[in-house]
Amino acid sequence: MLVLTRKKGQSIIIGDNIEINIIEVQGEQVKIGINAPKNITIHRNEIYKEIQRENKKATDVDFKELSDFINKKTINDK
Amino acid sequence: MNLNTKHFGEIEIDEKGILDFPEGLPGFENLKRFIVLNRENVEIPINWLQSIDDGEVVFVIIDPFYVKKDYDFDIDDDEISILKVKEVKDILIYSIVVVPKNIKDMTANLRAPIIINTLNKKGKQVVLHNTEYEINFKIFKG
Repeated sequence: MLVLTRKKGQSIIIGDNIEINIIEVQGEQVKIGINAPKNITIHRNEIYKEIQRENKKATDVDFKELSDFINKKTINDK
Repeated sequence: MNLNTKHFGEIEIDEKGILDFPEGLPGFENLKRFIVLNRENVEIPINWLQSIDDGEVVFVIIDPFYVKKDYDFDIDDDEISILKVKEVKDILIYSIVVVPKNIKDMTANLRAPIIINTLNKKGKQVVLHNTEYEINFKIFKG
């Protein structure tokens, strides 16, 4: 991994179109600004991974049991 | 066309209903084509989001406004630029549901809604920033 040291107000550029700015540093927290093309999606890593895990979990379903359950339910049961 | 699915056997699908998810879904980045299978019983707005590319993959999806009446979020235009949405009325929103062994504990992912442009059939699961909505919001209380 490439490791660079930067100060508040400085930035780095990745390729020719992704710019990462160090906006604020406070104790253990760093506020980062990112300029990137529209087709690049940017996520907090741990949240994206959590969504991936949740999606994987979501595909493990007993459809017969689920269908029985929702057929018995009505709006009023909510 | 006919599609072999793990859960529903061989089903006939209307190709006009095929949705294009150019980025796939988180965890399923290779699966780009899906179709919403509507259930007959619409008392509870739960449907299936079946992958066309992998018959084994199907998601349970729900109308998030049924789960949470005041569900509300802002998205940056850039984030859904691939959907080419012109008007809000053209979009459909679903939440992916996790169904545990104890079915009444099922949860909806309100943090990462699926957004579909019904006009061009493009879809994307968007991860909301700056929101408190839960990834596993309990659908049925108690």
